Amino acid sequence: MSMGDPWQTAEIPGPKKALVMTKPEIVTAMIKRAKRPILIVGHRAAEIDLGEELLIDYLIRFAKKTGIPVVATAHILGEFLKRGFKPAHMPAVNIGSRLADPEWQGLDGKGQYDLVLLVGMQYYFEWLILSSLKHYAPYLKTISLDNVYQPHASWSFPNLSMGKWKEALNVVMQKLEGGT
Amino acid sequence: MSIKNVRLKIDELKTRMALIKNLQLSIGRVTEETPEEPLGPTPFPSLTTLREWDMKLLKRYKPYYLPFCDVCCLCTFGKCDLTGNKRGACGLNMSAQQSRMVLLACCIGAATHIGHARHLVEHLIEKFGRMHPVDVGGVNVEVEAPVTRLVCGVKPKTLGDLEVVLDYLENQLTHLLSITHTGQEGNNLDFESKVFHAGMIDQVGMEVADLAQISAYGFPKADPEAPLIDLGFGVVDINKPVILCIGHNVPPAIGIVDYLTENGLQGEVEVCGLCCTAHDVTRYNPKAKIVGPISWQLRFVRSGVPDVVVVDEQCIRTDILLEAQKVKAPLIAASEKNCQGLEDRTNDDPDKIVEDLVNERVPGVLILDPEKVGEVAVKVALKLAPKRKKFKVIPEVKDVIEGAKRCRQCYRCTRACPNNLPIPEAMKMAAEGNLDKLNEIYDECIGCIRCEHACPEDLPIHSFIVKAAEKKMKNETFKVRAGRGAIQDIEIREVGGPIVLGEIPGVIAFVGCANYPKGGREIAEMAMEFAKRRYIVVTSGCAAMSAGTYKDEDGKTPYEIFPGYFDAGGLLNVGSCVSNPHIAGAAIKIASIFAKRKLMGNYEEIADYVLNRVGAVGVAWGAMSQKAASIASGFWRLGVPVVVGPHGIKYRRMLLGRADKEEDWYVYDARTGEKVYVGPAPEHLFYAAETKEEAMVMIAKLCMRPNDTTKGRAIKLTHYIDLHKRLYGTMPEDIHLFVRTLADVPITMKDEIVKILEEKGWKERPIPDPTLLPRLIRKRKEEQP
Repeated sequence: MSMGDPWQTAEIPGPKKALVMTKPEIVTAMIKRAKRPILIVGHRAAEIDLGEELLIDYLIRFAKKTGIPVVATAHILGEFLKRGFKPAHMPAVNIGSRLADPEWQGLDGKGQYDLVLLVGMQYYFEWLILSSLKHYAPYLKTISLDNVYQPHASWSFPNLSMGKWKEALNVVMQKLEGGT
Repeated sequence: MSIKNVRLKIDELKTRMALIKNLQLSIGRVTEETPEEPLGPTPFPSLTTLREWDMKLLKRYKPYYLPFCDVCCLCTFGKCDLTGNKRGACGLNMSAQQSRMVLLACCIGAATHIGHARHLVEHLIEKFGRMHPVDVGGVNVEVEAPVTRLVCGVKPKTLGDLEVVLDYLENQLTHLLSITHTGQEGNNLDFESKVFHAGMIDQVGMEVADLAQISAYGFPKADPEAPLIDLGFGVVDINKPVILCIGHNVPPAIGIVDYLTENGLQGEVEVCGLCCTAHDVTRYNPKAKIVGPISWQLRFVRSGVPDVVVVDEQCIRTDILLEAQKVKAPLIAASEKNCQGLEDRTNDDPDKIVEDLVNERVPGVLILDPEKVGEVAVKVALKLAPKRKKFKVIPEVKDVIEGAKRCRQCYRCTRACPNNLPIPEAMKMAAEGNLDKLNEIYDECIGCIRCEHACPEDLPIHSFIVKAAEKKMKNETFKVRAGRGAIQDIEIREVGGPIVLGEIPGVIAFVGCANYPKGGREIAEMAMEFAKRRYIVVTSGCAAMSAGTYKDEDGKTPYEIFPGYFDAGGLLNVGSCVSNPHIAGAAIKIASIFAKRKLMGNYEEIADYVLNRVGAVGVAWGAMSQKAASIASGFWRLGVPVVVGPHGIKYRRMLLGRADKEEDWYVYDARTGEKVYVGPAPEHLFYAAETKEEAMVMIAKLCMRPNDTTKGRAIKLTHYIDLHKRLYGTMPEDIHLFVRTLADVPITMKDEIVKILEEKGWKERPIPDPTLLPRLIRKRKEEQP
């Protein structure tokens, strides 16, 4: 399996495919460059165990550090609230369709976003949400933070083991904290 | 109802007035219009007759495209790259291409049902005669064909009358399919309008099929107390010869039951089924058994239980011959649509066919005569069962462990699995002698065996999973109520008011296939939750089976816990896929019987009524097929929202309302002609949910309608808020959009909600007599004083 192979074997995209993020620093660079980023978190973030914490806990730290607004999809809202973090809430297809609408003014009414980070949905579900954004939202850059290659994103991690993924996420956090 | 193809020929007629020679008179169709049922404006609608209505829906529920493929490869111009909504060589852009693919899927789905109906009607006319009466419920069901009456404006009285309807459907279907050709329609919304048209004619086709089989075979006729049927892997008596029927078109299965009956062999042979043929054979003979939904085909065949496998049409695994061969069970293909490469033995002596099958001279045969299928299947099962001794290909535990040791942990299986199941982890444990993880996977496995095809070691992974879950599987013994067919007129009269006023919070239909994200149990859990909340819960097809796969602490299954009446708290199975129009028909009958709206050929008005007043929602949690796509589109045009499970997002287009766009949610008040804001009710027309929890909250929300009384809205809001709080851990943020007056606020939550309303700057607004159709305004604004 090469780095640019979709995780689900038959979900072959093309001709335009995500650039593979071989270095996690790309995430922080893209965030720093973005004027209006947004993070969308699917229900699996509360199921994925990174070892010392669940993915959702990492994402809360990430959101607090970056100040990026978070949209929780499906039923993961309750998991955020239990942890004392209040994200916006919207079903995945609702936020997807709004992001694909150039007229949408965002959660705060201040305009459409320019960078979308996605993580934690079923692979195929996220694959299609990203597809809609690739085709209909040329004003957006998209990043998949999952440990599987999402070809419809602008940028995606390659297929990574849990260990490698955790390392990558830690590097992202370190960079956000100003570490080297 | 109508007379078709009348030809009168007079060679010579002498009268006092004249001499007539060689007179020929030909009449295409004579339609009888009964005075008490005047014909509406749109009988037998063409492709564009209802376009205006479609555009009203599409203006509010805009397509949200999720392209499943970036290119088009349908003609030799291609492949054309449509990335970023580019146009291909023919000029079509990505949006139109996605709609075109949806239309193609819906044409396939509609053709399947209409073709099924045509075969069935032809067969039943041959057997019972053209004048056999259409009767789906005697005096309890006077509106016997609500969908057909609504769409076509005709009232079928006999099997022969159904042919006229089929002629129309086939005509429309040909036109619809032609639209997907290169260089036809160019606008995505016009494609979408045609998707709705395909869905509408599909509903008629399904209704024709079920009317015919209920009437001719004597299936339960709108019977709320239809018998309880054995359901599950464990209900089949493996000590008897077993005939397994798979598919949707029931005559061959009925041929088997009839042969057993006529020859005094009942009780000596087990007849069981998978998928909709199972539903329909149990509607004919309640002693037949249902193994389960479509996804259980391989686990059952590989277990070696069936001695003969009989397939008719639709949703059958196309490798079924190979799988049947593995367990030495002969295959009888019984449909022109699914010949499986087998020799046509329709005209051969049955005993000669039996001899060839029993002696393994051929792996299977094609027999296009349902009665002959019955005779051959029974004789083969009786002769072969002692010889086969339930030969199976499910390995022993030691073989699973040894096989698992060969697993390379390459993850190709997981990457091929639609549900991303953790097979490598399970194999690792199995290699150490622990099959628990494989056993867990069984619950979420949809039986597609893509894992096996991906495995570089050719491990029979699905069989390993089945072995690991063997005990659990054998204990799967449930009940499902036999498909009852139509909803009685009296039931509609009794619940029509409470539904339209909102006091029964909704009608929820669990329909469709078994491509579940986390197993069929989620269907049972959702169905029970809403039945407990006193919604009316209706089921059909594979979903009806899955809804039965639960037992409470007393060992009772959902169909035993909840009554089969179309009433609050009821759980009723209408039957197979082609029984779905009884659900649409119930909504239509609320408009026609309860509200006395004109029915015949009056589609737009009835759909407007349903959209604004009947809180019905379809749920196709495991939707997989093109048929499911066309069934859903039939509901959309009628104004019934449909929620699909996460795999349903692969239908590549949702129809979503935008609650944040106030201008989208105005209706006319039919009393005054004023335009009134009614909030996003229902918010969406086609919606894919990521999880069961999300679906449940959305289902409750989608039951709200502009016409709800304050009492009804308060009840609906109570359920929406309660589910939202329980599953999301907080109060919904859009509550102010659904509260029209303070009387809408559930009394037990008043303080909490009023505070939110104040924060949101909420203002009271009127409750209109809602319609999207200006022609239904009784008093125009300019006429007001």
